[in-house]
Amino acid sequence: MARAVTNQRKATNTLFAWAIGLLIFFPILWTILTSFKTEAQAINDPPIFFFFDWTLENYAAVMERSDYAKFLWNSIIIAVGSTILGVIIAVPAAWSMAFVPSKRTKDILLWMLSTKMLPAVGVLYPIYLIFIGLGILDSRLGLVVVLMLINLPIIVWMLYTYFKEIPVDILEAARMDGASLRDEIIHVLTPMAIPGIASTVLLNIILAWNEAFWTLNLTAAKAAPLTAFIASYSSPEGLFFAKLSAASTMAIAPILIMGWFSQKQLVRGLTFGAVK
Amino acid sequence: MATQHSRSAARLMMAPAVVLLLGWMLVPLIMTVFFSFKKYLPLRGDKLSDGLEWVGFLNYERFISSGSFWPSVQTTLVIVVSVLVITVTLGILLALLLDQPMWGQGVVRILVIAPFFVMPTVSALVWKNMFMDPINGILAHLWMFFGAEPVLWLSQASVPSIILIVSWQWLPFATLILLTAIQSLDGEQLEASEMDGAPKLKRFWHIVLPHLSRAITIVILIQTIFILSIFAEIFVTTGGAFGTKTLTYLIFQRVLDSQNVGLGSAGGVYAIILANIVAIFLMRIVGKNLDN
Repeated sequence: MARAVTNQRKATNTLFAWAIGLLIFFPILWTILTSFKTEAQAINDPPIFFFFDWTLENYAAVMERSDYAKFLWNSIIIAVGSTILGVIIAVPAAWSMAFVPSKRTKDILLWMLSTKMLPAVGVLYPIYLIFIGLGILDSRLGLVVVLMLINLPIIVWMLYTYFKEIPVDILEAARMDGASLRDEIIHVLTPMAIPGIASTVLLNIILAWNEAFWTLNLTAAKAAPLTAFIASYSSPEGLFFAKLSAASTMAIAPILIMGWFSQKQLVRGLTFGAVK
Repeated sequence: MATQHSRSAARLMMAPAVVLLLGWMLVPLIMTVFFSFKKYLPLRGDKLSDGLEWVGFLNYERFISSGSFWPSVQTTLVIVVSVLVITVTLGILLALLLDQPMWGQGVVRILVIAPFFVMPTVSALVWKNMFMDPINGILAHLWMFFGAEPVLWLSQASVPSIILIVSWQWLPFATLILLTAIQSLDGEQLEASEMDGAPKLKRFWHIVLPHLSRAITIVILIQTIFILSIFAEIFVTTGGAFGTKTLTYLIFQRVLDSQNVGLGSAGGVYAIILANIVAIFLMRIVGKNLDN
């Protein structure tokens, strides 16, 4: 008897949740579906949902037309490069804050967080000038550096919260056995820290991949990543729904897949450990 | 002795991150403040190397007294507040729903979270063309299906359209964080109140909501900081036309479009002050959490 009621409630929940979930997901689903239609079917009245002639021609057209590979390559280099560089700089910092905390550790962490709050537009022109001065405007190197710097506070914070969870006793035991600082890091700490570092890398690649202020304002033809490639479709001549959808699908697919694996890390990373 | 050694090593290990962030923060900030007191129009021949004319607080006064300043502040506030109300309210409801027993919970979670991973230029373009296009957009079809005249979304209802797009992007974030917070709620406490026969609404009001208050505050603060500086969503859709010019966008136009660096920098300083007011509150909460 009781079970029947529960099952009924469960069914209602399921129905509601799926309906809302599909509604929220619909724009993405629609984009993916449209990317497989012909241009004529894409603007058919009434809209066609599933029963159209599935085609890959839009993907072929996008690849051919706009040198898609170059934008993709830029995105990969910028997202992965900035994340790796950030992690290399952040690991020692987070390590020392987690294991050799001083009175000022908390202040330093909060100060790092505060640099993240600086509105980008407030420093746009100085960065622009510095980039021209250094000759790195519209270069991948420039964007790798800028995105590394904007995400560095998040990387340090995430690593710090992960390192904090590693028991100090183990380090002390290693120290007693005469392990040097280097041994300690390489043989004891690293194996335990790898899951945390991996999560940090994942979340930061996502954030860097989707960053759309600096990537739009500091690039032109050479270093433009996918964010800028998509933005170029906003001009009227680029207004083809099916091709736009194919380009969009290609730009978001890798990150959607990665994102699904990083839900937990997302909460921790974006709330700076305040919600776990 | 060992601690002395490890302390100096620790400081050394922290140095690169601290120095880089310090430079990243101070150098552009000082330049922005410097420019904000100068007349600096690069297109009219003002050059940094020739020295710039000192104009005192003129840029600050002109930025505020320009006709587009107050409308931009108003637009910014309307967008930020609307998105917050929408995402937090719906986020709480969705989190409560997703916390219930159901079939395929994992899949629903994935569906709900997905928009957060879509890059801003893509979501802006997809909404603009495939949904809000007055002839071929889905919304136009929907309106006509019910016999209504299609809306010219991005010109007639430009600000609500931007709010819709941004809310769609941030609802997953609010939901995910609130869901995480709900799941950490002490089950015993809830069960006890259930045994007492407390009605559902009362239980929500007196137990669930207070438990969520901190997560809600964090969602509000973090979203405020990000939404204050939304850029691609406006850049791609309206380009700041039809009353969608936010403070961020206004400063962007002053600096890069009209190349009035002094004026734009004064605006930048205002934006920095505004963001810092929000940031102080966020830091307090995060800081308190560090003590535990």
